[in-house]
Formats: sequence, structure tokens, C-alpha cells
Amino acid sequence: MKQVYMDYNATTPVRPEVLEEMLPFFREHFGNPSSVHWAGRQVSGAVENAREQVARLINCSPAEIVFTSCGSEGDNMSLKGTVDALRDKGNHIVTTTVEHPAVLSTCQYLEKNGCEVTYLPVDEHGMIDSAQLEKAITEKTILISIMWGNNETGTLFPVEEIGAIAQKYKVRFHTDAVQAIGKIPVDVQKANVDLLVLSGHKVGGPKGVGAVYVRRGTRMTPLIHGGHQERNRRAGTHNVAAIAGLGKACELAGERIEGDYQRVRDLRDRLERGIMERIPEVKLNGHPEKRLPNTLNVSFAYIEGESLLLNFDMKGIAASSGSACTSGSLEPSHVMGAMGVEIALAHSSTRFSLGPDNTEEDVDYVLEVLPPIVERLREMSPLYKKKA
Amino acid sequence: MTASKKRIVVAMSGGVDSSVAAALLKEQGHEVIGMTMQIWDYSSFTAKNGETFGTCCSLDDVHDARRVAEQIGIPFYVVNFEKQFQRAVIDRFCDDYFAGRTPNPCVLCNQVLKFELLLRRARELEADLLATGHYARIAEEGAGYALRKGHDRDKDQSYFLFTLTAEQMTRVRFPLGGMTKEDVRGHAVRLGLKVAEKAESQDICFVPDGDYVRFLEEERGSGQMDGEIVHAYGQVLGRHRGIYRYTIGQRRGLGLSWPEPLFVVGLDADKKRVIVGERELLERDRLTVRETNWLVPVPGEPIEARCRIRYRHGEVPAVIIPLAGQRAEVRFAEPQKGITPGQAAVFYEDDRVLGGGWIE
Repeated sequence: MKQVYMDYNATTPVRPEVLEEMLPFFREHFGNPSSVHWAGRQVSGAVENAREQVARLINCSPAEIVFTSCGSEGDNMSLKGTVDALRDKGNHIVTTTVEHPAVLSTCQYLEKNGCEVTYLPVDEHGMIDSAQLEKAITEKTILISIMWGNNETGTLFPVEEIGAIAQKYKVRFHTDAVQAIGKIPVDVQKANVDLLVLSGHKVGGPKGVGAVYVRRGTRMTPLIHGGHQERNRRAGTHNVAAIAGLGKACELAGERIEGDYQRVRDLRDRLERGIMERIPEVKLNGHPEKRLPNTLNVSFAYIEGESLLLNFDMKGIAASSGSACTSGSLEPSHVMGAMGVEIALAHSSTRFSLGPDNTEEDVDYVLEVLPPIVERLREMSPLYKKKA
Repeated sequence: MTASKKRIVVAMSGGVDSSVAAALLKEQGHEVIGMTMQIWDYSSFTAKNGETFGTCCSLDDVHDARRVAEQIGIPFYVVNFEKQFQRAVIDRFCDDYFAGRTPNPCVLCNQVLKFELLLRRARELEADLLATGHYARIAEEGAGYALRKGHDRDKDQSYFLFTLTAEQMTRVRFPLGGMTKEDVRGHAVRLGLKVAEKAESQDICFVPDGDYVRFLEEERGSGQMDGEIVHAYGQVLGRHRGIYRYTIGQRRGLGLSWPEPLFVVGLDADKKRVIVGERELLERDRLTVRETNWLVPVPGEPIEARCRIRYRHGEVPAVIIPLAGQRAEVRFAEPQKGITPGQAAVFYEDDRVLGGGWIE
């Protein structure tokens, strides 16, 4: 059966060059980069090389990169580490209602432990209002945590405006850029970011590795205490192979952003147009323009996203009904809820997230398979019948 | 085989029975799809390792089901029915106990989750049939289908299936109906299924430690339901800490001194009273049921049948009198002990299920 993968926001295939980069560290180069001897030396260079590659992609200094095990760790480290270190300055965090669970759940945990959190609402396109952000800041505010691009809808937040506000009020700015990295240019200087989180497997790197940009001079308590790795910011023996892979993936992403993602954007737009033309009563979720170039989130009225995904899978199409992290639950996505999408439509929200390996053929296959499935499921839907 | 090759969704729990059901259908050449219902937040409790036996089916683990599906090489999906399970099964479970009834959640789960929601999911995938690992049989009979006991009388689960409608019976199959548990275990071993050696337990899936009182109090809070223990003839004998702690026929844990053994013979939710009495007061010669489902044409007049009033109860002769409003009266040839509101009364003719309803 034909297989079409359109769930790049969930994860991406490891690029062949990345795999090549990693293999020696599973074979002959087994050393611990913290060791002084030859075996350690053989691999410490690879870790530092990767640090440079990551730094180049987001325009920071290599010394400002801290390797982690994943995006969630990066978010936890940034939030908990900041709250702990800035205890004497305040206890207030401003974030949004549409963050990734790695941020939202951490905020809820911090609320239980004495923090106050303001969750900024979003409009129908999933966009925040910078004026509201400014109003939310108090003397107690120590951190703004707002993602670069939303994982479900692709909506891009005005990070440069946010960065300017953070600077004006001298509040630390953390951004979860897991979805933006490799898809659009990300520059921590332009956006005046203090903490930026990225993850390897969303950019053609391996799973189990991520990085946090920590601006020089940012005081933060480690999440993982132990040895002196990562300038005391993150203990634990380096996952050398994965770090090398992450570095290579970032290098490739930097070289290819323009070409790859223009092509991906064209494919995404072709899919979006095709769906809107072929199927009635479809709603776009997310910002029409300010959106990740690969992401299309649409609701098919009267249908449950879960049914649609199962039917897709039977036809070899991999898509998602929201974040892979929340797909265990049938609660309508918190992002749809925050955007005011009515419940029936929220339940049917379906995310196509494309990547550089997709082709026009893939898009046309989806456009061929989708309409009859939607029609059949609508015929079976109690909601649709009521309406007819 | 190709001619009768069908697309069949199998409800997989991760236990031996549904795993073997899926594997056998696959072996027969059908296009099999495995589905597991996620009906409970697994992070909120730790299930004992084993499948259920005294109740209807097992809720082992999504992971076990997934591994079996991988092993036999079929697509596998987890469908999330947590909300519906809470509403249709758990809320009613609690309501029943607090109203002085002793509920049967397995029947409700079959009725609302498996044979309505899961069947709908199966149909959305253009499946011809939904199969489960129940020990019961569905066979074409005349113009329609008949539900019969499983061949293994010790494992027979037809009691839990009395809510099946004619429409559902055209689409539901029980591949293990003709087998014994031994046969099934034999197949599991022959097929090398990883779940072949699982033990069996007797608990309700969402109360894995069997402490349903604690479960109820966690769901609804404790207190408010304490009251008097009263003899059926009126004498107040003591106090209790909530009628939901008691069930009809219960003898232990009453903490009363009385010349003769006393049993719970009634629960009065309005007065918060537990009513007790001597053994003979447990006996009744009739009962009524509501929400009666007939798996045969609704009888126009009283019929003779055998009636089972709880899962582990040998059927006894009775006359069933259909009443208006989907109710029915059951008159037993011999008085029965421990007729328990909230349980199901299921009517049989030999091994065929005629219908059933909820004891009032």
C-alpha cells in the first residue's frame, strides 16, 4: 500500500547524512567526552562541533547551547530552573493558553508550588495580543514563556514584539521553538530571547536529544543535578551519537530552509486549496498567513478526528488529530478550545504537517482519498443526519 | 475462504481470550483489525497483572494488546472512550450503589461501549463484523440470529450479553463460543501468544483491588449515607456507615448480635436504612425487571423459561410475564434467595437467551 507521511510535526525521519554522522559513536568512538584520555578526546570534539552547528542555526554562541534529552526537558529546565533561581525577584509567569503540554503542565505544577501564572488568551486564529501581554506584566513577573510556532495550528507568534516587551520590562523570555526550528529562520538575537528550546527529532535528527539556548549570564538552577557537564547546567553523560546527529541535522536545516520550505509551503498550499475546493464545510484552524509553512489544521464538520485518522491509516496516510502528546485523550485539544472552536468542530480537527520528503503525488493521493472518506463518515454521523 | 473473507474488527483487551479470537480469525484468512478501548486513565491506578474471570472481560493493558497485534501481524488502534465509560458505566455504578442497588457494570460496558461505540468505530472502518473474546455464540436462526450460551458452560458469558439487539447481532461474532477455556489456552500456546500464561482474577476492571467501597468514596465522597440497621419487622438493631457498603444476601460484617444468623434483605436509600432479617426473609417468589430487551419477538403472553438472577447462579424455572413500558415480571416456581436490585435477570430456553432486564 502507498504510504504517505504527513505528520512531520510529530516527528521526522532521520536524514541519511545524520545517520552517517552518528554511526561511528555506536562503533569505534565509544569514549566519554568528559574523560581526559584519548578515548574521551576522540568524541569530545564531536560534541563541541555539534554545539557550533546548533549555535549557527539560531545565531548564538556555542557556549550558550546546553544539550538535553528532549524538548520537554528543555521546557521543564527553563521554567523550573528560572523560578528557582529568581525566587527572590518574583513568582509570576506569563504564558499562553495554547502552549505545548511541556510548558502548560509545568506551569500548573509551578502554580501548586507557589507561582502565579497568567495564561494569555488567543483569538480565533490562535494569535495573542501583544498589548495584553504588556498589561499582564507585574512587578512580580520573572518570566514570559511563549512558543515560537504552535504545534497544532502552526500559528506563529510575534516573537520579536514579545522579545522587545521582555527587554523593556527586564523580564526573562523563554520560547519553545521545537516546531519552528528548521522550518523558518530562527534568530535568538533578533527576537531577544533568553531561553530557547529545540528538539532533534523534529528537524531530521534522532529522538532523545534536544538543546536549550541559554543566553550568557542567565542564572538558572539545573533540573538534573550531578556531574559538571554542560557548564554545570545539565548533568549526565553526553549522548554523544545523538548530539552529533542533532548538530548535523541543524547544519542541514540551515542550508536547506529556504529551498526546502518554499517547496513544502507550495505543497501545503496545494493540499489546503484542494481540500477547500473538494469538500464542503471545512474550517481552517490557525492563522491564514502567519503560520508554519508545513502545517495545515482543518476541521471537517460532523466527523470525529479519531475516525478520520483510523480511516487514513487504513489508506496508508499518516496525519494527526492534534499533538501526538495529547492523542491518548479524546478531550478536544486545549488549543482548539482556547481558539473558541466549537466542540463538534474541535473534535474533528485534523493536522497535516508536511516535510521535505513529501511530493505532489502525496498531496494528490490525499486529495483523492479524503473526500470519499469524509462523505462516508458524514453519512454515518448522528450529527450530520440531524442536520439533514 | 477467499469468498467469505471479511474485514473484522476484534475488540482486544490484552487478555488470552480476545488475543486468541484475533489470531484465529486471522488464521482463517480474514482481514483482522485489532482495537482496544481506552476507558480508564491507566496512570491513576495500577492494575493487577491478570485477566478477570468472575466478571465479563479483562482490562489488562493496552500494551499487551498492542504486542499481541504486532505478533500476529494486524493493524491495531486504541480508541478513547474514557468519557463515555465514565458516564455510561462508572457514574451509573456509583448511582446504583447510592440508590441501594448492586450494579453490574460489565453488562453496561458491553451495551454502551462495545456494541454501540466500538461497533460504530468498526463500521466507520468499513468492517463487516465486530468480534470479541466472549464465551457465547451467535448463530443464524430462521430469519434472524440467536444468542446462545458458550460451549464451555463454566465460562459462559451470555448473561452479560442480553442487551444485544437484532441489528447488533447481524454484525457481532464470538469466535470462542464453541470452545472451552482449555481449547483457548491450547491455541494461545500453539500460536505462541505472549499472553498464554496469564492468571485470572475476579475483580471489576476499574476496581482492581476489589475495594469498591473505597472506589465509591473516592468518586463521590464519604459520609452522608450512614443510618440505621433495622430488622425487617421494625426493630432498630444498630447503625451502619453507608448503605452502599451492603448488598442483598450479605451476612458478614453486620456486627449484630441476634439469636439467629441475620442477612441483608433490603436497602432503603431514602431512609438510609439497611434492612436485615433471618434467612427465610431473603426468599422471594417473584421480581420485576425494567429496560427489558428481547432477543426473540416480544412474547404476547406469559412464557415459561429459565431465569438467571446473577452471573454465578444456576437458572431456575420461571414464568415471564411481559409488561408495558419494557418491563416484565418473573414468577419463580420456587422462591429464590438474594434477588438483588441492580443485577440483571436473564431468561433462557435451554441454551438460548430469550431476553433479560434489570431487576428493580
